[in-house]
Amino acid sequence: MIKSIKKRLAAIVTVGPTVLWLGAFLMIPLAYVIGISFLTKNAYGGVDFVPTIANYISLFQSEYAKVFADSLWLSLKTTVICLLAGYPFAYIIANAPRKWKPVLVLLLMLPFWTNSLIRTYGWNTLLRTEGIINHFLQNLGLIEKPLEMLYTDGAVLLGMVYALLPFTVLPLHTSIEKLDKSLLEAADDLGASRVHVFTRVILPLTMPGIFAGSIQTFIPSLGFFFISDMMGGAKTMYIGNLIKNQFLSARNWPLGAVLSIVLIVITLILMKLYTRVGSLEDMA
Amino acid sequence: MSQASENVIVRLTDVDKNFENDRVVKKLNLDVQEGEFLTMLGPSGCGKTTTLRMIAGFEYPTGGRIFLEGQDVEGKKPNQRNVNTVFQNYALFPHMNVFDNIAFGLVEKKVKKEEIRRRVEEMIRLVRLDGMEKRMPSQMSGGQKQRVAIARALVNRPKVLLLDEPLGALDLKLRKQMQGELKHLQKQLGITFIYVTHDQEEALTMSDRIAVMNNGYLEQVGTPEEVYNHPQTKFVADFIGESNIIEGYIEHMTEDSIEVTMESGKAVIHETGYRLEEMVYLCVRPENLKISTEVVEGFRFRGQVREHIFIGSINKTMIELPNGQMLKAETPAEDALVPVGTAVNVYWNPGKAVVMRTKEEQIYNVIEQSVAIEGMTNDQIY
Repeated sequence: MIKSIKKRLAAIVTVGPTVLWLGAFLMIPLAYVIGISFLTKNAYGGVDFVPTIANYISLFQSEYAKVFADSLWLSLKTTVICLLAGYPFAYIIANAPRKWKPVLVLLLMLPFWTNSLIRTYGWNTLLRTEGIINHFLQNLGLIEKPLEMLYTDGAVLLGMVYALLPFTVLPLHTSIEKLDKSLLEAADDLGASRVHVFTRVILPLTMPGIFAGSIQTFIPSLGFFFISDMMGGAKTMYIGNLIKNQFLSARNWPLGAVLSIVLIVITLILMKLYTRVGSLEDMA
Repeated sequence: MSQASENVIVRLTDVDKNFENDRVVKKLNLDVQEGEFLTMLGPSGCGKTTTLRMIAGFEYPTGGRIFLEGQDVEGKKPNQRNVNTVFQNYALFPHMNVFDNIAFGLVEKKVKKEEIRRRVEEMIRLVRLDGMEKRMPSQMSGGQKQRVAIARALVNRPKVLLLDEPLGALDLKLRKQMQGELKHLQKQLGITFIYVTHDQEEALTMSDRIAVMNNGYLEQVGTPEEVYNHPQTKFVADFIGESNIIEGYIEHMTEDSIEVTMESGKAVIHETGYRLEEMVYLCVRPENLKISTEVVEGFRFRGQVREHIFIGSINKTMIELPNGQMLKAETPAEDALVPVGTAVNVYWNPGKAVVMRTKEEQIYNVIEQSVAIEGMTNDQIY
């Protein structure tokens, strides 16, 4: 009897705070968002308690479809570039001499100890018309008129890749590091060329890492609104910006809630895929 | 090169290997005959695996030369050498089934599909894995994986198969069984096997010849009988089987015998070729060491029985010498035991003790010989 009370008390003390935290800051707001999504917006930016599914129907307007398509396309480009740039990087870290490894990982992580907003401003200073790069090139006489670099789609892509690269590299690094080196020697021994060692052994065996890296890059890239705001001049609308605008500028909370829910659903689907591949990896 | 070089398939001459400041293989000279089962035996860290990896082409020697089939293989990659390796942890490709694992080398060599199928199936039969073609490595036992690894190497028809402690991960019973199978396979195919192990029993049962390595040096090469019955160094005597090793020096010599004086006694041994006052080790196997309460001709060696240990078919008797050294004697279990505490004379059957030069004496002899050779430096001698 006393024992079971003790046990229960231990459970409350250890798990309780987490449950409270998640309840107060995740479950209640989420329920609130879901609730709002079924209500009608009123003229003053708030909501009226008139149930409706009109907000969901408005999703099927073509301009929203375009926003989703643009966002997914940008995220896809970001993920692919991160993979192409991150794989060699991860490979180098994983195969570096033991004493260099922590330093290399630290170099990768170091910028991310600074606020991402500040780092994005840093890119602005570099890229804008009156920025450092343009000044430098003009002074060298390589260009006459400053290059239009900031506020382009390219700049947004650059910002996204920059912000998300570590999310790609770290899972790749883990996966490459786990690779048994004697497998590479075996492939070499059996006559495989360097290209074949990569395509027949390294690549298939690091697939779980590639998949994990892709998902971990793709999911956050969908919601990054401040990079397209600051580096794209908000020329192209992405999901993140759209949601932000609905809540802050357009004051259409129900629509913002609906869009948020769609984003959450997309993320959940991807997470489900991710855990399935994860369990496949454990089996191997 | 020597006259027998047409049968020598692997030749190492003065091979050295340094890892940074660590010299792991030192002036190694070794000839491997075509078709033989040679085992490289030694404790971990003795350089045997490094030597194997240099023959395979995974490491390059920092000094000396390696010849395969009479050709210097300097700078040649593993796949340009007519050898294949069976790795310690099998190193099977986990994403490929048994068939694809075995076929890997043939696919790389762009062998025709039908021939690949034929040769892989032949191998699968040879290692008795019929019906397991579609299994993944994760679905197989250690012994089965080992067979796949062997088949994957042999399917390429190498001249030499290199095996790096292939049975190390298996349990005792399976290991014994695989030892027999491997030996049988080697005889059947006639391929040269170079086998690395730290298990002296495994080396004794499987090999045609054993190369004993210690601390980067090759201590002795010979048949299992030679290495067991006539160890040339203290290390070999100690590492292979159990030994009683007693230090002494040669006090008297006659034409056909030497008298070795030790701290605890004296013994006459019928051996020649030593110097007067030379330091030597005597090695007597426990099964050859006898005790008696009576004095035995040629021996003046006294000790006290300290302990009897019963090990199934034999009894082990521990005898303490006056200087504190413990000797081991083994007798059949049915023999009567000398009571503990009895003072006894220690002796052995003539011809059953091996005299070994100490390291210092070996070096001394090399210097003696090489002083005559002009231009020999100390570095070359060691």
